[in-house]
Amino acid sequence: MISAKKGDWVQIRQIVLKPEERAPQVPEDTKKVPLELWVKGIAQEDAKIGSMIEIITATGRKVKGELIAVNPRYVHDYGNFVPELLKVDMQLKEILFGGDINE
Amino acid sequence: MSKDMSYAAVMARKNEIMKKAIGIDYSTFESGSISFDYERMMRETGYTLEEIQQIQADTSVGNTPIIELKNLTALARKLAPKGKGARIFIKDEAANPSGSFKARRAATAVYHAKKLGYKGVVTATSGNYGAAVASQAAKRGLKCIVVQECYDSRMVGQPEILEKQRACEAYGAEVVQLSVGPELFYTFLTLLEETGYFNASLYTPFGIAGVETLGYEIAMQFRVTIGRDPDKVVITHAGGGNVTGTARGLLKAGAKDVEIVGASVDLSGLHMASDRDFNRKSFTTGHTGFGIPFATWPDRADVPRNAARPLRYLDRYVLVKQGEVFYITEALSVLEGLERGPAGNTSLTAAFALAQEMDKDQIIVVQETEYTGAGKHPLPQLTFAKQNGIEILFGNPDRDEPGKNIILPAHPSDIKVRDYDIDKARTSYIKNCINNYKVTEITKEDFEFLVKDAKTNDSFVEGILAELNVKIK
Repeated sequence: MISAKKGDWVQIRQIVLKPEERAPQVPEDTKKVPLELWVKGIAQEDAKIGSMIEIITATGRKVKGELIAVNPRYVHDYGNFVPELLKVDMQLKEILFGGDINE
Repeated sequence: MSKDMSYAAVMARKNEIMKKAIGIDYSTFESGSISFDYERMMRETGYTLEEIQQIQADTSVGNTPIIELKNLTALARKLAPKGKGARIFIKDEAANPSGSFKARRAATAVYHAKKLGYKGVVTATSGNYGAAVASQAAKRGLKCIVVQECYDSRMVGQPEILEKQRACEAYGAEVVQLSVGPELFYTFLTLLEETGYFNASLYTPFGIAGVETLGYEIAMQFRVTIGRDPDKVVITHAGGGNVTGTARGLLKAGAKDVEIVGASVDLSGLHMASDRDFNRKSFTTGHTGFGIPFATWPDRADVPRNAARPLRYLDRYVLVKQGEVFYITEALSVLEGLERGPAGNTSLTAAFALAQEMDKDQIIVVQETEYTGAGKHPLPQLTFAKQNGIEILFGNPDRDEPGKNIILPAHPSDIKVRDYDIDKARTSYIKNCINNYKVTEITKEDFEFLVKDAKTNDSFVEGILAELNVKIK
């Protein structure tokens, strides 16, 4: 079980609005789910993942929420290789410069 | 006594919260009905061009290079009729401190916040503006909170927005992330109230005035290097600030004959507030989901009167397809040796097609680029699209269905612009004014305002008013 120690950099989650509290103009699929909020900060106490915790954010705000990650990593990257893009690249060079690209 | 923090109560305090958080009393520019004094608002609450140049120079914003895209021009000429194929240039706004033109907007907003004595700034944006505000706040020593719509209900985030979160955090900001929905505004208001920070809105007079230097620089740079103003400037259009600021800057330079072309990615069919549709789009901005609503009702923004009023300045508004923009992004990379985007590549795609309509000796300028990288690049975007069930095909981009597929052009000659009927946008805007103000008659002042704000003529506005049975007092 992952847990946070006081002083760790953590991410928490809050429910801002329950499905029944959502704004009237929201489309049906969005109305079925709550409005959630995520924010990071320094843990003010030891806590286990899934439990409530208080943090202090980068601007010094105290916020409470459910602990969801400790030292959260950035998950975005350069993705998979996309062969379609290679095809585009080769076509462009062929049209503009022509001939054998290995020449 | 503690304040009522319910959704309804906070939204009801909107005007009071905003007045404290922006420091502008918009009521002094109001006429009491549809019209307001736009130019006086820009004059009295903004800064002069010279002041903004100084503010931006202080934090190394602006004066970005112009690059001629000779290979892309050569490709366009191969596809164009004989004698056609204008020279294509880009303004490399990626050279700004936070990697996009948004640094210009943020520079003035953050300077203004500091001048007024605010301890920090809050901004609601999932775009480059967040990183720009965070970067400027870092330089000026202010605290910064960026509120972004980021995840769907599975906590799956659009990779481009995740990258913007990382950039904001890299500049030391606090990033508050939300799931999909317009109630982001509620959270934004509660943060302004809690912190007493400045609302670094995208749509204040000083934010828009910050973009004027971009248009001004274009005119000056072309006069020095080519000896004349460009023929067309293409501007990626979303919230309207890019179009408004750039066009105003060109006008301030006296470049009155430059055609102002707005370009957006066509995402028709996708609902912007839908939890399901949220991760089915490959563009987080510069698309019709912002471009059309903000053109036809600019005062939907987070300030009472939006300083970004694109219809005032647009001569032409064109749409391109997602697959075409990915294709041109690759072309920029393999033919010009420049990895940039996505944002400026929407207008670059339009420029590639428009250049083919223009004579060889003419000049078309794409007025921005942005930094690219993990999350933003076509590889992660198309990977993400495939993971969300979007088909990637080759063929005729006109057959694309946003949210279902992305059609890469089978050949660069398949890339084109589709004109969005600006008169249709003008009509919607005027109707929205009448409906939102719930009036059956308007003043002479309102009438003149509508003519100017929709960049049209008396008889056009009279026709719509007659259709709506609205009289002029």
